[in-house]
Amino acid sequence: MSLFNQQGFLRLPWQGNSFANGIHPEDHKELTEHKPIRRMPFSNKIIVPLSQSIGAPAKPVVSKGQDVVRGEPIAEAGGFVSAPIHAPVTGTVAAVDELVSMPNGSKTPAILIDTWPSSDQTIRYLQPRDTKVMSADDLVKAVQDAGVVGLGGAAFPTHVKMKAPKGKTIKTLVANGCECEPYLTCDHRTMLEYTDNLLKGLQLAMVTSGAEKAIIGIEDNKMDAVEKIRKAIVAHQLTNITCEAVPTCYPQGAEKMLLKSLLGLEVPAGGIPADIGCAVFNVGTLAQIGELVPEGRGLIERIVTVSGPGVSKPGNYIIPLGTPLPFVLEQVGAIDNPGMIILGGPMMGTSIATRDIATTKGITGILVFPPEQLPSSHEPEMPCIGCRACVEACPMYLNPSMLGKLADASRHQEMMDEFHLMNCFECGCCSNSCPANIPLTQKIRVAKQSIRQKARSAG
Amino acid sequence: MIKQTPLTIRTSPHLKKVLTVPQIMRNVVYALLPVCAWAVWQFGISALALIIVTTLSCMATEQLFTAISGKKSTLSDYSVVITGILLALTLPPGFPLWMAAVAGFIAVALGKMLFGGLGQNPFNPALVGRAFVQAAFPVSITTWTPGFLPERFTSFIPSSLALPFMSPADSSAWIAGQVDAYSSATPLSLFKFEQVSTSTSDLLLGMVSGSSGETSALLVLLCGGFLIARGIMSWKIPCAVILGALLTATPFWLMNADVYPTPLFVIFSGGLMLAAMFMATDMVGTPLTPTGIWIYGLFIGFLTVIIRLFGGLPEGAMYAVLVANALAPLIDSVTQPRAFGTRLKQQPGEEA
Repeated sequence: MSLFNQQGFLRLPWQGNSFANGIHPEDHKELTEHKPIRRMPFSNKIIVPLSQSIGAPAKPVVSKGQDVVRGEPIAEAGGFVSAPIHAPVTGTVAAVDELVSMPNGSKTPAILIDTWPSSDQTIRYLQPRDTKVMSADDLVKAVQDAGVVGLGGAAFPTHVKMKAPKGKTIKTLVANGCECEPYLTCDHRTMLEYTDNLLKGLQLAMVTSGAEKAIIGIEDNKMDAVEKIRKAIVAHQLTNITCEAVPTCYPQGAEKMLLKSLLGLEVPAGGIPADIGCAVFNVGTLAQIGELVPEGRGLIERIVTVSGPGVSKPGNYIIPLGTPLPFVLEQVGAIDNPGMIILGGPMMGTSIATRDIATTKGITGILVFPPEQLPSSHEPEMPCIGCRACVEACPMYLNPSMLGKLADASRHQEMMDEFHLMNCFECGCCSNSCPANIPLTQKIRVAKQSIRQKARSAG
Repeated sequence: MIKQTPLTIRTSPHLKKVLTVPQIMRNVVYALLPVCAWAVWQFGISALALIIVTTLSCMATEQLFTAISGKKSTLSDYSVVITGILLALTLPPGFPLWMAAVAGFIAVALGKMLFGGLGQNPFNPALVGRAFVQAAFPVSITTWTPGFLPERFTSFIPSSLALPFMSPADSSAWIAGQVDAYSSATPLSLFKFEQVSTSTSDLLLGMVSGSSGETSALLVLLCGGFLIARGIMSWKIPCAVILGALLTATPFWLMNADVYPTPLFVIFSGGLMLAAMFMATDMVGTPLTPTGIWIYGLFIGFLTVIIRLFGGLPEGAMYAVLVANALAPLIDSVTQPRAFGTRLKQQPGEEA
């Protein structure tokens, strides 16, 4: 922790150990944070999209009419940056076709499985193994075979991050338990209920990456999880793992922000955590690795926060991947005609145009809002009054007010050259804090897309 | 299957903080009301009439301009109300009302609407109006009336009711009829021209003459504090202005305490507190960057003291803010924040 904050001002004692800026939205976590994780029943139809991670879509290895056993691989990885998919239920493959919508409404290929109504749905497809004798490469392979992707929402295939990139060494592993998005509590519950799995997964990742130490970073609104993990660390005598509380502030869960808070280091602009000798994993991902790799099975379900004012039974549910959204909504007592459904958190999540979707590995939360209680108001945009709220909110120290004005004038090149446009990771702090209702994040997003498009057509 | 209503789709972020521009502006108006109440208590119905005239004049001007340009009325964002009230607070209590109306028109027309309305004006509109009447009506704007006169609630200060383009009636007879001996000079002019210092407690409590809203430094401080406590205004700019004034005034005072005023006198006298709390903080004309607002504030404090000590006028806060407003874009461009991950120096623990 340095004596000065990022902008060169003396860090005052009460400012604590955190990145500068950020916002404090109302978190609404009380709806779900104290409820134990529950298992959701199996729907009679399971629709597994083949594209569930960043990278190439998986290639199906089953055909219509074939019976599959819960846990059996049904699609293989489509490349190195890709992950295989396993059958979430025991049943019969009814179709392999464009069956389900992406959140944006376009159709995507999926495998449809008719669940056997009489099956007890026991996982029979597993190959327990002793992780202590496995080499680092074998462990990475095992993680890829398990189809694990980042469960924090990004869905980046985890095995890619588990070894240091060529020419770089990883010294410190960071487990990200911040969960700074409002409403979401699935990581919180995971840390409380699957503590041992989390520590196991973290140790495996330390083996593959060669990291000497690991830090679990948790926002201080989840002190119960901090204490639980600290006790477990002592009980297992894990001397190279520590658990640290970081201030509750959005977007503390962004990996660059968390690294700044925990280590005082900045990931260089345009760089990755490995550039400063770190790798960051979501705690839910690690807990899954800790469970799946020793058992030798695949990722077939995940914990999802289903919450929001439009849900009568909000909570964290273990949902089989591929469960259709209407089934989930029915199970949690969602209102019949919601006004808005958000996948993920309200700051960075996607509002969906259709209910014709199925749960995937990257869905952290499903939030339902009645039409009269939409989270965002649609008030008219007013002129910027230069109040500096966005500048003081931006965790990347950009000047969103200026970016917004330049975006209005389509001066995209200038935005990139002089105002670090590409550093924006679209956390939404600027739009959230703008009293004039200027959609700054949205304008910046459009500008980024336009720049990328130009680069693509030029290259 | 049941017919389903379409889902609303918007892009993230879906959460919005509740504070809006009209709410910010309304809170500033609330914060100014106690200052107005004190002005009325001290100077009577003339001050009340002054506040009403400038506010209505400002509002009418904004309405006129939006009507001419065929746009929707912008009165509901409350920003013009602030301009009107602030303008009144910077004028002498006995300022002729017709001149006040002119000042209101100039403030909004020249200071705001010609630049394109809210958010576009480079200068604080109230100060543009004040600067105009300072030039146009130099006598009226430097004619001060003592506060707490017995007849202040029953009759207007005679100069207030001057007819347009007539020289204002001399108020001295009206004042002399109520008090035997009086000095209407402000603490700043007393000091500048007669080297008479006023006690700090009088300055804090407003037991002095001056512009209608600037007399009680303590009240202005408290009202600004209300805005800071509500998270509507940043503490940084007022702090920077006061700090700048203190840092500039202290060396002079240490060098020669007989000629130069005490630093406390400097920050509590005249319009400095009002400027620090309500003029310099007007969001539109201030820099955006975290470093920039400190430079901006310190500069206002510095310039105010320099004008007061060495300029021809007893007061300097108004010009200091206007000059700083003009510099804001320049300050912004040289103090852009260092983007995250672009380094100042080699990072600790990083391998070379």
